[in-house]
Amino acid sequence: MKRRGFLRAAGAAAAAASLPASGQALLPRHDIAALVAEITGGAVPERGGVTVELPSLAENGNFVPLRIRVASPMTAEDHVTALHVLSERNPRPRIATFRLGPPSGRAEVATRVRLAVAQKVTVLAALSGGRFRVGEAEVFVTSAACIDEGA
Amino acid sequence: MTLGRIQVPPAARAGEVVEIRLLIQHPMEPGFRRDANGRLIPMNVVNAVACRYGGREVFRAELGPGVAANPYFAFWVRAEASGEVSAEWLDDAGVRGAVQAQLVVS
Repeated sequence: MKRRGFLRAAGAAAAAASLPASGQALLPRHDIAALVAEITGGAVPERGGVTVELPSLAENGNFVPLRIRVASPMTAEDHVTALHVLSERNPRPRIATFRLGPPSGRAEVATRVRLAVAQKVTVLAALSGGRFRVGEAEVFVTSAACIDEGA
Repeated sequence: MTLGRIQVPPAARAGEVVEIRLLIQHPMEPGFRRDANGRLIPMNVVNAVACRYGGREVFRAELGPGVAANPYFAFWVRAEASGEVSAEWLDDAGVRGAVQAQLVVS
């Protein structure tokens, strides 16, 4: 009975100790709201109008297709000036910033990103006139990028 | 000089919004990986990309290690007159690259 009790306690302790050692727990969760406020200078972005296309299940985090669409006429008076791609769980939260303008004709950009773990990807669109819009997408990552250092 | 490819549509009408695709050959070393001897491989990513059409900048990207190796971008441009579409980039090691393509507008 004593031995059984010890084993149970030891097993629980080992399980608890191994939890923070997993890569997912090691990665900090970035405060996206603070980062957004830093970019916007305190202005609160409007929700909606920004479509973030990501696969809901990404098999390889090293290579995740991302497409961003913003509903904007892209005229000289009303256009998207920048798209900030932000990650809450990557080692570095700022994935990329794209600068657009009226010559773009369409507020749409596609690229491929690395995602460390399953997370939410936020896209902050800066519009002409100092306004901001925000959109986000959840993605589940099976095989992580960044944290594995290669065998 | 790193290699890249730029793709523009074979023909466009004036005023049409066309897709430009850019592919840069680059490892986008994130700075977290180690080599066979356990030494950290320094970060080396393409940090800036700029695309020009008809003499003015139409697209610019500021990148970090969160962009996948061999960075690919697709973006849009309003075709106005026949001219050169060019892209230029710079990595952390100071290596530059550039590609050009002709956009024919009828």
